[in-house]
Amino acid sequence: MTVGASVTRIEDPPLVTGAARFVADLNFARQLHMRVVRAQQAHGKIVSIDAAEALALPGVVAVWTAADISELPPIDFREGPIPELAVFRQPVLAKERVRYVGEPVAVVFADSDYVAEDAADLILVEIDELPVLLDAAAAPAAFPGAASSEATVITQGYGDVDAVFATAPHIVALDLSVGRHTGVPLETRGAIGVYDAARDVLQLHGAAKVPHKNREALARLFGRSLQAMHLFEYHVGGGFGVRGEIYPEDILVCLAAMRLGRPVKWIEDRREHLMATNHSRQQRHQIRAAVDGEGRILAMDDNFFHDQGAYLRTHGVRVPHMTAGILPGPYRIPAYRATARVRLTNKTPCATYRGPGRYESTFVRERLIDAVAMQLGLDPVEVRRRNMITSAEMPYDRPLQALGEEISYDSGDYAGLMDKVLAKAGWPAMKAETARRRAAGEMVGVGIAMFVEKAGLGPTDGVKIAVEPGGHVEVITGGASVGQGFETVIAQICAGALGVDYQKVRVVHGQTNRIEHGIGAHASRATVMTGSATHVGALKVRAKALAAAAKLLQKTPDELDIVAGVIVQRGNPAGPSISLGDIAKRLGPGSKLLEPGQNPGLAEEGWFNVDHQVYPYGMHIAQVRVDGATGGVHIERYVAAFDIGRAVNPMLVEGQIVGSFTQGLGGALLEEFRYSETGEPLAVTFADYLLPSLHDVPQVEVQLYEDAPSPRNPLGIKGGGESGITGVGAALAAAVDDALQRPGAITELPITPQRLKDILNAAT
Amino acid sequence: MKPPPFAYHSATSIPEAIQLLSKLENAKLLAGGQSLMAMLNLRYLHPENLVDINRIPELSGITIDQGRLRIGAMTRQQAIKASAEVKAAAPIFAETLAYVGHRQTRNRGTIGGSLCHLDPAAELPALALLHDAMVTVAGPRGERKIEMAAFIVDYMTTAVQADELVTLIEFPLWRAGHGYGFAEFARRHGDFAIAAVACLMESDSEGRMTRVAISVAGVAATAIRLTAAEAALIGKVAGPEAFAAAAACCADIAAVGDVHGSAEYRKKVAAVMLRRALTDAQSRMAKNG
Repeated sequence: MTVGASVTRIEDPPLVTGAARFVADLNFARQLHMRVVRAQQAHGKIVSIDAAEALALPGVVAVWTAADISELPPIDFREGPIPELAVFRQPVLAKERVRYVGEPVAVVFADSDYVAEDAADLILVEIDELPVLLDAAAAPAAFPGAASSEATVITQGYGDVDAVFATAPHIVALDLSVGRHTGVPLETRGAIGVYDAARDVLQLHGAAKVPHKNREALARLFGRSLQAMHLFEYHVGGGFGVRGEIYPEDILVCLAAMRLGRPVKWIEDRREHLMATNHSRQQRHQIRAAVDGEGRILAMDDNFFHDQGAYLRTHGVRVPHMTAGILPGPYRIPAYRATARVRLTNKTPCATYRGPGRYESTFVRERLIDAVAMQLGLDPVEVRRRNMITSAEMPYDRPLQALGEEISYDSGDYAGLMDKVLAKAGWPAMKAETARRRAAGEMVGVGIAMFVEKAGLGPTDGVKIAVEPGGHVEVITGGASVGQGFETVIAQICAGALGVDYQKVRVVHGQTNRIEHGIGAHASRATVMTGSATHVGALKVRAKALAAAAKLLQKTPDELDIVAGVIVQRGNPAGPSISLGDIAKRLGPGSKLLEPGQNPGLAEEGWFNVDHQVYPYGMHIAQVRVDGATGGVHIERYVAAFDIGRAVNPMLVEGQIVGSFTQGLGGALLEEFRYSETGEPLAVTFADYLLPSLHDVPQVEVQLYEDAPSPRNPLGIKGGGESGITGVGAALAAAVDDALQRPGAITELPITPQRLKDILNAAT
Repeated sequence: MKPPPFAYHSATSIPEAIQLLSKLENAKLLAGGQSLMAMLNLRYLHPENLVDINRIPELSGITIDQGRLRIGAMTRQQAIKASAEVKAAAPIFAETLAYVGHRQTRNRGTIGGSLCHLDPAAELPALALLHDAMVTVAGPRGERKIEMAAFIVDYMTTAVQADELVTLIEFPLWRAGHGYGFAEFARRHGDFAIAAVACLMESDSEGRMTRVAISVAGVAATAIRLTAAEAALIGKVAGPEAFAAAAACCADIAAVGDVHGSAEYRKKVAAVMLRRALTDAQSRMAKNG
C-alpha cells in the first residue's frame, strides 16, 4: 500500500544535484533589476526625496516614488475587503509618512543589481521624525484617518464569564508575553515581473504559497482578466507562512514590467528580509482562570495586546482572531472570553508564521494550567486530565471561530494520548531522575505541553488527473510546494488509489496556466485538501479505466484490479491483462470504447469539499538543564508526540515535526526582533537574529500516532505542518520552571540567558 | 547586499603591498575576508581600493624559537589550531581557537586579520594581550614593533597606520607545565562572546601562584587585561577562595552592553568565566607540573 509508506521524495534529484531552479536562478533577456529604498526612521513625515544623483548614474533606467504609482491602492486583504480596516493597509510605496524602518519609500530600476544598489544609496530621503510607539500594551497613538492606532478589538467567547469569576473558589491570573520572531527561509523572497506584450499576458515568476489567490488579487489590482495574469512557482526554499504573500515588491515588479517594457527582477537580501518580510508572534496576554477546589476550570478570561507592527497586511487580523478562537485547546472551558486588542506600532508589520496563534496561545494556556496546578498544590498532569475534553464528547463543537469557521473538533482522545506519551517517554523515571539530580545540586527539570492543532482549511480543492498513452500519470494541482514534500505525498495518494508506482506520477503545482483553481500550501491544508481531491480524482480515473478494460477483457469491473499500472484479473494475475497506458490510448478521441457522452482520454477531475477543518493534537515533553551561573538553557531531551489521524508518509511527517520543533526552539530561546528606543531594529543580520544551529538542536524523539483518523475526509488525514512548533515555548518554559523549582517563573519568550539570569538573581 | 564599487589590487610581496597602500586613497587590506566581505556587502564600509595580501607567501607560517612563538599575520586560524607544535608549547591556542567562528571561517580567517579588525568579542586579540605579544608592522618608514597593549587603541581601532600592514605576531611562551584555561559564554556556538576569559598560571611548589595573566573579551570596548585580578592572585594559594576574590574584580570592568547582554550581565558572566578558566588552569598546572 503506497499511502502510509515512508518512500523517498520524488522531488529530491534536482535539489541534491544542483539542478534545482529557484527564482534567483531565473533570468530573462533584457531584464532590469529593482532595488528598494527603505525608510531608515521608524516614524516620520516625508519632506522630500531627491533622486537626481541616482538617475544620473549610468545604467539607471528609472526611479519611482509614491507619486509615480499614485494609481495603485494600498495592498488589499487576501480574503477580500474589510472596509473598517482599510485605512490600516500598507501603501505600495510610503506616501506622506513612513511608519517603520524598512518601509519602501522609493524603487530604482537599473541594468544590474550592483548599479541598482549603488543608485539606491544615492537617493536622499528627508524625513521629519515623529514620536514612535513600540509597545502595544501602551496607550494607543493617533493614526491619520482612524480613531487611534488600535486598529480593532476582537472579542470571542461564550457564557457569563463575569458571573463565574464573581463566585469562583480560586482565581489564577498571569501576565505573559511572547516575543517578536518570524519564519526565516533559507531562500529569501524574490519576484520577476514579465509582460508578454505580444499576447497581453502579465506574468509573475517566483510565486509561492498561494499562487492562485495572488493571481486573483493582482488581476483585480491591475484590472486584468484572469487569463491575462499568470503566476509561476519554481523551487521554493522554505515558506513558513511569510513567503508567498503579496508584498509591495511583487506589485512593483509587475507594474514596472508593463511600464518599462522589460522584465524586472527583484531578489530580497537577508537584511531586507529581516526588516521587510512579515514578522509575527508578538503578544502580551493578561489571562485569568476561575477554578474550583479540584483544579477544574470554570471560566477563562484573556485580554491580550497584539503588536501588529506598522500596517495590516494581506492577512488582515487573522492571527489575533485565531489566537482568540483556538486558545482553549484540549480543555473543557465552561465560560470563555478573549479580547484581542490589535494595535499598530512602528515596527515591521506582522502576519502568519508557522503555527500562527497556536504557538502563542499554547504558551499562554499551558502556563495557566501549570499555574492552576501550582496554586492548588496539584500535579500538572492531573489538572490537565481533569479538564480535558473526552473522546466520548467528539465531535466537540465550540462557539468560537478560527479562519472564518466555527470550531468543531472532529476526533481525538486527548487523555489517551497523554497517557501513552508519558508512559513511552518514561515520565515517572524522568521526574525521579531530575529530582535526584536537583538534590545533588544540578538545575534540571521537566515540563509538558498539550495542544490541539488545526489543519486542512477548506472549503474546496480540485485536481486534474490524466494517464498518458505511455502509462505516465500527471496530477495537475493548484497546490504549492514550499519544500515540504508535496509532490511525493500527492503522488503517493494518486498511486495508491489508481494502482501505479508513485514514481510514475508527475505532480504539477504552482502554475496558474495549468489549472483554474488552487488553494496553495498554507494552514497545513495541502495533504488534507489537495490529497483528498487527488484520492477522489484517482478513484474516478480508476473506475473509467476498469470500465473500459472490462469491455475489452469481457469481465465486469469488479473482477479486475490495477497492479503497478496494469489491469489484471483478480485471482488470475497471469491471465489476460492490459496496461493503463493502452487503455489511455484506446480511449482517445473518436474511440468506440467511449460511453455516449463520455469525454475522451483517461482523465478526470477530482473535487473535495468540506464544511470544517480537522483538528490533530499532540503533546510535548522537555527536559532541560539550566546553567545557573550564565542563565543558559541546555535541552537534554525532547519528545514531540502527535496524532495526525493518518500519515501518508511518516518519514515526511517526522521531518515536518523536527523542522518545526527547531523553529519553536528558536522562538523559545534565541530568536527575537528587538528595537532601540527610537524604533531602530536591532536584529537585521544573522549575527543578531539568532537561529538555532545544529549545535543547539537536540535529537527529537518523535512519537507519531494514528489513533484518531479524521471522519471528515476519505483517508482520515489531519495535517502535520505545524505540530512540531506549537508546544515548544510552553514545554520549555515549564521545564525551566521545574529546573529552578520556581513554578511560574517564566512569563516571557524567548527565555534569553540574560532574562533567566535576572530571574535567578531576583530569587536569591 | 552587493558591495559598493571598489578597485581590486593584488600584492605578491610585502614591499608591493606597502607601495600600494602608500599610493592608493582610502585603501583597505583584504586578508581572510571573513569580516571585511560581510561588512562590504552590508555597505558598512566604502573603501575605494582593496589590496589583497593573500598571495604573499612570507606572511604565513608558524615557528617556535628561543621561547617565542612567531606566527605570520596571514596564517589561517585553522592552521594555528591544528599545529602540533603550537599545541605542545602553548596549549591554550587550540582550546581558544575552537571558539573562533566555525571551522569553515577559520579555514580562511587569519590571525592578523582578527587582530586588525579588533572586534571587542574576538578571542585572538585577547590571546595576544594575554601573552604580551609583540606585533610587527611594516610600512614605508620601515618596520616597527608594537606591544599588544599599545596596539589596541580603542574600540575597533589599532595603532596600525593606513599605509602599514601587520606582518608578524610574536608570543613569548610560558614555561613548560604552565596552567591555562579558556572559558567563553556565547548565545550559540561560534557567536560573538558575551564574555570570554583566558588565563595562564604558574605556581611554586606549595601551590602559591607566582605568575598569572588574565584577559577578557566581549565585555569592554576592546579585549582587556584584568591586572587587578592578576595582582590579587599573586602569592595566594590557587583555589576557590582566591579565584572568587579575583572574580570580584570583574565588577570594575568598563563594560558595554548590546542586544545579547547588558553591561551588568556581561560582567556577571565574565566573573563566572574567570572562575572556570582559573579552575581549569589550576587543574592543568597540577597535572602538568
